[in-house]
Amino acid sequence: MIEARLQLDRRDFTLDVALQLPERGVTALFGPSGCGKTTLLRAIAGLERASGRVALGTDIWQDDATRRWLPTHQRPLGYVIQEAALFPHLDVAANLAYGRRRSAEAQRCGKAPGTSEASDTAAFSPDAVVDLLGIGPLLQRRTATLSGGERQRVAIARALATAPRLLLMDEPLAALDAQRKAEILPYLERLHRDLALPIVYVTHAMAEVARLADHLVLLDAGRVLAAGPLVELLARPDLPLAHQDDAGVVIEATVAEHDSAYGLSRVVFGGGALWVGETAARPGQTVRARVLARDVSVTRQLPIETSVVNVLPVWLESLVADRSTALLRLVVGRPGLLGATGATGAEGVLLLARITRRSCDALALHPGDALFAQIKGVALM
Amino acid sequence: MTAADWTAIRLTAELAAVTTLLLLVVGTPLAWWLARSRSSLKPLWSALVAMPIVLPPSVLGFYLLLAMGPHGPVGQFTEWLGLGRLPFTFSGLVVGSVLYSMPFVVQPLQQAFEAIPERTLEAAATLRAGPLDRFFSVALPLARPGLITASVLGFAHTVGEFGVVLMIGGNIPGATRVLSVAIYEHVEATEYADAHRLSAAMVAFALLVLVTLYVVNRPRRDAAGPAP
Repeated sequence: MIEARLQLDRRDFTLDVALQLPERGVTALFGPSGCGKTTLLRAIAGLERASGRVALGTDIWQDDATRRWLPTHQRPLGYVIQEAALFPHLDVAANLAYGRRRSAEAQRCGKAPGTSEASDTAAFSPDAVVDLLGIGPLLQRRTATLSGGERQRVAIARALATAPRLLLMDEPLAALDAQRKAEILPYLERLHRDLALPIVYVTHAMAEVARLADHLVLLDAGRVLAAGPLVELLARPDLPLAHQDDAGVVIEATVAEHDSAYGLSRVVFGGGALWVGETAARPGQTVRARVLARDVSVTRQLPIETSVVNVLPVWLESLVADRSTALLRLVVGRPGLLGATGATGAEGVLLLARITRRSCDALALHPGDALFAQIKGVALM
Repeated sequence: MTAADWTAIRLTAELAAVTTLLLLVVGTPLAWWLARSRSSLKPLWSALVAMPIVLPPSVLGFYLLLAMGPHGPVGQFTEWLGLGRLPFTFSGLVVGSVLYSMPFVVQPLQQAFEAIPERTLEAAATLRAGPLDRFFSVALPLARPGLITASVLGFAHTVGEFGVVLMIGGNIPGATRVLSVAIYEHVEATEYADAHRLSAAMVAFALLVLVTLYVVNRPRRDAAGPAP
């Protein structure tokens, strides 16, 4: 468990959070700019002096109650920022060696207890890190000659080479154009998949959250609006997320089969299946599908002769409406199959659908109604 | 050139070398503090360091003479230490030169340190480097052009000083008779040929130093910044 209870008072800004983050997977800190996500990350790293407590498992990095404060260089963490901040006077290999040498030394002297457990150290060996981020050909290059995407990969590798117990990333993709982003995202996914390293990832891009995060912390004006598993939070109509244009759910699914004749793949998940654009993932592999609320519509009868490929039986769990639109929270499956006592995200896969309030009234929708969801678009992440 | 002239040249070089070394030792931490501190005393220290640029050297020399004299605080301190008095000694010249050339060493260093982004030093901290380690492994190497500029300017400026030397050093051959004083002497004695030789040598030296400086610190295209 990563614990961060932090308060910070500035003239124009107050940070006040109490978070318990899982020690596995990627936690995204998400919110508008100025909401305090970077400040929170810096306070966890010890780059910003906030009051409170920061602990990673049994290692206490800061505890005002016992006046404990570890300076940043004694915290076994990796930190990657938007600007990469490579050392311009060192080549790529020396940049990687900078932190690796110092963390190895600190470990030998026992000054930094609890660097990654022995089982993981192989994953952070120089070769493994270079491989993971594909920077082998760059090692002898001067940092000034690297492209933005290359710099960012080197920065990530440099952080990993210290065998950190926690990786903090502050908008690592924000300075890159779409093409460079696409170049780096697969590496971040590998990081996520191959390393048992908890990552706290600051971003204001929903696409990155949907693709990488397992857990989500929503911040606004220095406070936590909500924190929890990504899949649950994305499907909550009461959060501001659900009212953004790109609101939608993420479904963890398994590739079942490919239909190369039509260029489609079928992915299955608890309670249903979806046809998606053909994926390179092999059958049996886990993929993430994102279904936007604006791409989901509902019918009372099973639609016949429709061009929509994905039609799922669902039941309406709840709905919220404003003047012109209604947001439906749908549970995939039938109430009888899941137990009528209101299946939640833990049991049934949830969808959000945004429809006009006029349609909502015309269909006289009520919670508990059995419906069919027509899904116009599914994006594999 | 006469033997006396050569002595003056050697003495000047020694004075400039000792002064530059001392200034690097004293000036580097001071420049680092000025570049990084948010203290309210910072403007005062910046002003004190910059004073020799605007003060007439004779004013600085005059007050140094008073301070280092038998009734001045520095003079009493050096006597108490058993070092004797500083005016009209080589050590006295060193003290004067260090103060007089201070801004020429501290300011380029300070600018070089200020140009280092905070995030680069923070990156070093997240890579397990402690404060001293960060200074030596990141700040100093990145401030190298500033370090070179500071050394060269400190050296050259000490070579060229006159007013302070004359006030606190006088004109003692082998101890305080540096180049600029020697030239003044030659002119006073209407030995224009001797004055010419030394002056021309100074002009050549100054030109050589500055050209070298600009060549060494010429921004290299491949190190100019991040690739687009």
